[in-house]
Amino acid sequence: MYPELGQLALILSLLLAALLSVVPLVGSLTGRDNLQAFARPLAAGMFVFVGLAFAVLTHAFLTDDFSVAYVANNSNSMLPWYYKFSAVWGGHEGSLLLWILMLTGWTLAVAVFSRRLPSVMISQVLSVLGMVSVGFMLFIIVTSNPFDRLLPNVPADGADLNPLLQDFGLIVHPPMLYMGYVGFAVAFAFAIAALINGRLDAAWARWSRPWTTVAWAFLSVGIALGSWWAYYELGWGGWWFWDPVENASLLPWLSGTALMHSLAVTEKRGVFKSWTVLLAIVTFALSLLGTFLVRSGVLTSVHAFASDPERGTFLLALLAFTIIASLVLYAFRAPVVHVRSRYGSLSREVFLLLNNVLLVSATLLVAVGTLYPLVLDFLDLGKISIGEPFFNLTFSPLAVATGLLLGVGTFSRWKKTDAGWLARKLLWPLALSVLISSAVMVGYGGFTPWAFLGIFSAVWIATATFWDLWDKSSSRKGRVHGLKRQSRSYYGMVLGHLGIAITMAGATVVSNYGIERDVRMVPGDVAEVGDYQFVFVDIGERRGQNFTAQYGSFDVMRDGKRIAELHPEKRQYAVGMSVMTEADIDAGLFRDIFVAVGERISDDAWAIRLQYKPLIRWLWLGALFMAAGGFLAISDRRYRIRERSAERSGNSASSQTGTQGAAGVVS
Amino acid sequence: MHPIRKKRLTIVLFLLAGLSIAVALTTYALRQNINLFYDPSQITAGEAPLDVRIRAGGMVEEGSVKRDSESLKVEFLVTDFNASVPVEYVGILPDLFAEGQGIVAMGKLNSEGRFVADQILAKHDENYMPPEVADALEKASLTGEQSMPGSAQPATN
Repeated sequence: MYPELGQLALILSLLLAALLSVVPLVGSLTGRDNLQAFARPLAAGMFVFVGLAFAVLTHAFLTDDFSVAYVANNSNSMLPWYYKFSAVWGGHEGSLLLWILMLTGWTLAVAVFSRRLPSVMISQVLSVLGMVSVGFMLFIIVTSNPFDRLLPNVPADGADLNPLLQDFGLIVHPPMLYMGYVGFAVAFAFAIAALINGRLDAAWARWSRPWTTVAWAFLSVGIALGSWWAYYELGWGGWWFWDPVENASLLPWLSGTALMHSLAVTEKRGVFKSWTVLLAIVTFALSLLGTFLVRSGVLTSVHAFASDPERGTFLLALLAFTIIASLVLYAFRAPVVHVRSRYGSLSREVFLLLNNVLLVSATLLVAVGTLYPLVLDFLDLGKISIGEPFFNLTFSPLAVATGLLLGVGTFSRWKKTDAGWLARKLLWPLALSVLISSAVMVGYGGFTPWAFLGIFSAVWIATATFWDLWDKSSSRKGRVHGLKRQSRSYYGMVLGHLGIAITMAGATVVSNYGIERDVRMVPGDVAEVGDYQFVFVDIGERRGQNFTAQYGSFDVMRDGKRIAELHPEKRQYAVGMSVMTEADIDAGLFRDIFVAVGERISDDAWAIRLQYKPLIRWLWLGALFMAAGGFLAISDRRYRIRERSAERSGNSASSQTGTQGAAGVVS
Repeated sequence: MHPIRKKRLTIVLFLLAGLSIAVALTTYALRQNINLFYDPSQITAGEAPLDVRIRAGGMVEEGSVKRDSESLKVEFLVTDFNASVPVEYVGILPDLFAEGQGIVAMGKLNSEGRFVADQILAKHDENYMPPEVADALEKASLTGEQSMPGSAQPATN
């Protein structure tokens, strides 16, 4: 009975979404307040019904209702309850429902937290979000109904969740990633609404900034979680494979990063408006593209749950419609915008423009590397693959260039920066960075140009950020007062930039100084990896709730002392008889030690992978810093203040740290 | 020149410079790093280039996996049921590698006609077959009349 209720709730929410996409929009165009007033209740109703559908599906999983096809395919009565819960989004239909739940959740959040927006604007934003919802709700109802029944032949037990997905990482990775993907829909809706009513002003930029930042922060965490999960669960110690599915999440992140910075310029200085709008559209289109790539089954991966051509076609049509409609709107409305602001060639505006050029180039690059093989395949021109070397070769220079630019840009000022002053400012941070990065190189032993460039960029960003913080916090009333005076959005930026420095440092060090050895070992053997000795003690059997495992024991020694005892496993799952490797890792802030058991070679000999991974935690730590920076920035006073007090023009050096004002100066 | 026009020109030049660098890097890198896929029939017919990194895929032939007991070296035959290619690999095989399963190998073909792999990819779960392998098997079953008795029929997903 319940599943039908869930389906009914989905259909009702589709109806509400259809109303939401029409009624408030018509109201805003004809100036009828009574129609606009429907926007918020409709948004709330949509969320409630999707929430109900999601609760019904969750209930079906927790109660092992195998008459529902989706539950039967993705769960099993032997599964622990928390994996039954996360299995809700372990397959195509459920993860799509989660996506829609997030979308309606964001829509509701916009409805709730936008009391001070003009009602015309909010009606249009919610209407656009309603349209996006209609697209995805149609998709789920028509092609991927999670409530389809297997009647009358109800299976006795389910086919089980893919063992790869039975993991803590899967519980948290998709919700975070989807929060990010879907969050860009809000930035998109603001951009479209601004295009519709022709109000592309600083106020628009200020409204859409916090939403973009939050979405970006969630996406950063989601990507980091995916990488972490791949590292310990799937990848035998790899953390980024330039796999199309990973790239699909990186694309909106890159253009979203560009969007955040471009929005800052539009808010503070009123320039780059058309460009910002375009980026908002592109970022959301890339989120949709990511969904298409991952969900349509065109890719070979753990994420490609099903390859149903109907689904691919539907998503492609949705993607094409969104892009064409928004670009047509853009073409008609964007040129209306005029720029009346001036800035010099070394101004902060130009540095942020360069940042955008680099980030967009990186986006294009990743897009080409990801899509080119698919396009060739589609046109029947042969099957190719583009592997890691392509991305490493092209992405690294852009990352380094972005890092170097970031350090310089930190000191730049709006409108105009004096070249001599800037050069003098940079001298000490530069000297310090050369010193520190040389020391790091000596510490790790072994110089390669790329390792140096990567470490130098990371150190350079960090030094410049701290130097700037030190400069800005100098105050006659003392350092503490000076530090307190800085705005939260400034500290958000500091954290975000430190985060990218940490991630770059981690990526460079682990790629250049990590050690990986595959060896054949029998119990009693000792293998050497760097400064560490791995003693293979023995291997035995162990039973888990729904698997049996070969359970290895290793002692890791350094300088004659035992520093860790690791127990990697080879699991055999009872249902489906699939085999899974569970690595064991001794994690540390400065290094990970990793052991995984491969296949059995002979009676007592095993293939073993041993790894030393310096600074690998920094990769994900940096992402947490970035996300924390994002959340800190949106808690800034100026997003909460009802009336902006005394607007100040943004001509002083402190304008970038100014808590409010500087917006709305130029039309 | 009008200052606004001048500004626009600088912006456009910046964008063009960035784009052309990106395009140049991309085409250069692409030319070096494209890996073409060949099925066992193409490789035995001599269509695949020697000493170039390519991908090869098919089913692991039943009973063909030979393991060296002293190292991590493995040898096996990859087949599309028309032709087979010997593959050599040193390292740890993926969990889902097994005889009778579809795999894709990355590596180089040497002059003796052996495929020296540096990476072996197996499917992620038991229902899934790499699309290249599915295609190769389908092609082979269309061209070759014989069907091996008792062998698994290539199921497309």
